[in-house]
Amino acid sequence: MARIGVFVCHCGENISATVDCGKVAGAIGELKHVAYSTEYKYMCSDPGQNLIKEAIKEHNLTGIVVSACSPRMHEPTFRKACAEGGLNPYLCEMANLREHCSWVHDKNELTTEKAIDIVRTQVEKVKLNSALQPIRVPVTKTALVIGGGIAGIQSALDIANTGHKVIMVERSPSIGGHMSQLSETFPTLDCSQCILTPRMVEVAQHPNITLYTYAEVESVEGFIGNFKVRIRKKAKSLDEKACTGCGLCTTKCPQKKIPNEFEQGMGMRPAIYVPFPQAVPNRPVIDREHCTYYIKGKCKICEIVCPTKAIRFDQEDEILELEIGAIVAATGFDIKHSDFFPEYGYGKYKDVIDGLQFERLASASGPTNGSILRPSDGQVPKNIVFIACAGSRDPAKGIAYCSKICCMYTAKHAMLYKHKVHDGKAHVFYMDIRSGGKNYEEFVRRAIEEDHVNYVRGRVSTIYERDGKLIVKGVDTLLGAQPVEVVADMVVLATAGVANQGAEDLAQKLHISYDSHKFFAEAHPKLKPVETNTAGIFLAGACQNPKDIPDSVSQASGAAVKVAALFSQSELTREPLVAVVNRAAPPLYSTCVACGMCISVCPYQAIDTEEFKTRDGKVVKKAARINEGLCQGCGTCVALCRSKSIDLHGYSNNQVYAEVVALLNEF
Amino acid sequence: MKIGIYPGCSLTGSARDYNESVFALAEAFDIDFVQIPDWNCCGATAAHNLNKELSLALPARILALAEKHGLDEIVVPCAACYSRLVVTQHELKKNPELKNRVCEVLNMDYRGTSAILNVIEWIDKYIIPKLDGKISNPFSHKVACYYGCLLVRPDKVLRYDRAEDPQTMDIVMSKIGATTVEYPFKTECCGAGFSVSNTDIVSKLSGKIIEDAEHRGAEAIIVACPMCHSNLDMRRNDINKYWGRKFNIPVVFITQAIGLAVGLPASKVGLKRHFVEVNIS
Repeated sequence: MARIGVFVCHCGENISATVDCGKVAGAIGELKHVAYSTEYKYMCSDPGQNLIKEAIKEHNLTGIVVSACSPRMHEPTFRKACAEGGLNPYLCEMANLREHCSWVHDKNELTTEKAIDIVRTQVEKVKLNSALQPIRVPVTKTALVIGGGIAGIQSALDIANTGHKVIMVERSPSIGGHMSQLSETFPTLDCSQCILTPRMVEVAQHPNITLYTYAEVESVEGFIGNFKVRIRKKAKSLDEKACTGCGLCTTKCPQKKIPNEFEQGMGMRPAIYVPFPQAVPNRPVIDREHCTYYIKGKCKICEIVCPTKAIRFDQEDEILELEIGAIVAATGFDIKHSDFFPEYGYGKYKDVIDGLQFERLASASGPTNGSILRPSDGQVPKNIVFIACAGSRDPAKGIAYCSKICCMYTAKHAMLYKHKVHDGKAHVFYMDIRSGGKNYEEFVRRAIEEDHVNYVRGRVSTIYERDGKLIVKGVDTLLGAQPVEVVADMVVLATAGVANQGAEDLAQKLHISYDSHKFFAEAHPKLKPVETNTAGIFLAGACQNPKDIPDSVSQASGAAVKVAALFSQSELTREPLVAVVNRAAPPLYSTCVACGMCISVCPYQAIDTEEFKTRDGKVVKKAARINEGLCQGCGTCVALCRSKSIDLHGYSNNQVYAEVVALLNEF
Repeated sequence: MKIGIYPGCSLTGSARDYNESVFALAEAFDIDFVQIPDWNCCGATAAHNLNKELSLALPARILALAEKHGLDEIVVPCAACYSRLVVTQHELKKNPELKNRVCEVLNMDYRGTSAILNVIEWIDKYIIPKLDGKISNPFSHKVACYYGCLLVRPDKVLRYDRAEDPQTMDIVMSKIGATTVEYPFKTECCGAGFSVSNTDIVSKLSGKIIEDAEHRGAEAIIVACPMCHSNLDMRRNDINKYWGRKFNIPVVFITQAIGLAVGLPASKVGLKRHFVEVNIS
């Protein structure tokens, strides 16, 4: 005989403002099998939970219904209270009176009646609940870090230093990411390479880190603690063990006219190349798209000159299958380029460049060895304009968000320019200066006050070329919207930071969500900023939204701690809300006829076929079998099963029918 | 081939030169224009500043008339009229309630089925494909194509050419033998209606457009809007006075340039009506 307890929560005034909670508790108390019914202001509070625990003992309850908010928030809270009261936690159900009723209706009789109906369905359901035990699964204590920029590097090192194995996958030939392209960093102006390259080397040499460069994630299956990841190691056309990194091949390669990605197209590279001198690993790869041998079938000069015979033209892509316990996505960002701006010439003016190109110009290892020279004719620009907010905060361009890093790096660019070109004039057009961060505002003030950078508050409407000069037409909104025209030698656009190429594709492989700009979505914007909605997958750095180096590094360490916490457990417990195929005594074994429909529709590849054999090995029956470690409880197989042989724990057909019938029957 | 044409007020008044060239071109290419019977004012700038319903009802009446007379396509040579007609079609398609209200006001049936072509679209569709072998007098000049505002904007409604640095006129001009200069003033404001109320503004703005075209070595400015033409041509004396210079560059309608290229005499395409002498042919 069921004895159900019902607890109606006011949720402060969230529910009680429109629902008469007293009336709900009273009406439900009249129902058959309801042994106890009460109301309370905050059920999730400590006294609220105690109310549940005591009622279970006092009234000898066999199931409870907490009528409060969405189960997404507090179901674990009440299940735990239930367990502490001595009842199996899966004998607790939640009726959602807040999102499904009080928040969406006005205060009146009907709202209270609807609340009663919602609670009634759950009372009928909980009567059919069965006591379930959590599923325990082992944890593979190896982490996968996707992306070898500063965020990935920090995460990998932090995880590796806790003693766990890390696999790092980077799609370009070297780790280092955008940070390796930067000249100096704000707000200290210390050299980016100098602080980054030791970290890159540490990754390469760390005994717990295995590094795969020129490699991409092919597919991800499984679940937290038990992912199966396939990695495609793209063919480098090189025997990495034989190669000594002498670099002879890169100097002798006759194909030298390929725009250098690392230099943002401002320099050229050969077809066999190391992206930059400090690359890790410092081994070349052959770019097959541009290599003369792969295009025309002859050349092979690199093979001829290689002293260790390390070139392998017939090398093929290799697929690695890895067992992974947790994943950190640290795939970074990209920027819009100058061709995104029709009003600034669609990229046709050579001396209108983007921020990353300026970084390369200012970098000691860049195409001009650190001299600020304009790309069109190699002259030193005497008048330079920086446009902060090129694309960002501009809904008309489809980018409503602030890219966050541009105000700071524009101040840095203007400063670096003034330090290198003493008689030059630097102008910055800006919307607002957003310099929140430690020592950030002071840095911007330094640019304005000590380096005399001319800050103009207003936007630039157009840039055009006339007699070799760039005419920049803007407005000064602090001088009463007065039009401003600057005759400049060079213009630097602080273009919007956008999601990296392939971000959407990777998110789909990882089964994590992403926003409309293709940035990866965190599980909660405030309280779960490094988690994703998929358990066991974490975020680090600018793949989530544009971030500066300190923020990326902090988040990367945060993600590493989450991974370490996961790996500190020997096994994980999972909700037992999974599908099961019924079993019966021989000769029936199961009502399942092994038609295989469920196998083909299962999105998690959790179902296979079990064979029942006699003692002499003869197969007498086949039936579907669900791996409870893989099953996510989506219920697709249940809906599809033609012999009704599959049921979902916690949401069985009978439970759902009971809810429907309760609604159909008049109270 | 019957195509409707909506001349609007300009083409019957200050832009008779434009009108003559459009009709001369149509005749030369055997295009039978049908003027929309009983057409009315498009509302111009005044209506949409005063009353939204009126500003939609006026063009809607023109379009309803075109539909009534079975004109599936209408050419609107004036860029301002073109803008009003396209914006009306767009607004009424977006808002069926407003459409019903406008029909009620007009006491006419409006469906929005007639295609509206600006002069470049018309040239593109009906002149360019038949150009082969017809060019007897290639327009071998360096020109600056000036689009003005209403031919390409608002971009979201017109969806015609790119709003910054449009290309369609440049392409047409290159097909009749012209070379187009790289011209950043293509869509800068000419001063528009200030021509009447505050001529100094026009002198300043139109002057910039002219100065840059001359500076880049253009021999003519090519336009496709009566308002642009009157500001750049009719106001030339004021512009010269304001700038303290003498600008000589002529302003030629694109239809006039094509007319000359296919061998029509200057007088037939209205070139004798200009204020700034057109001394190229």
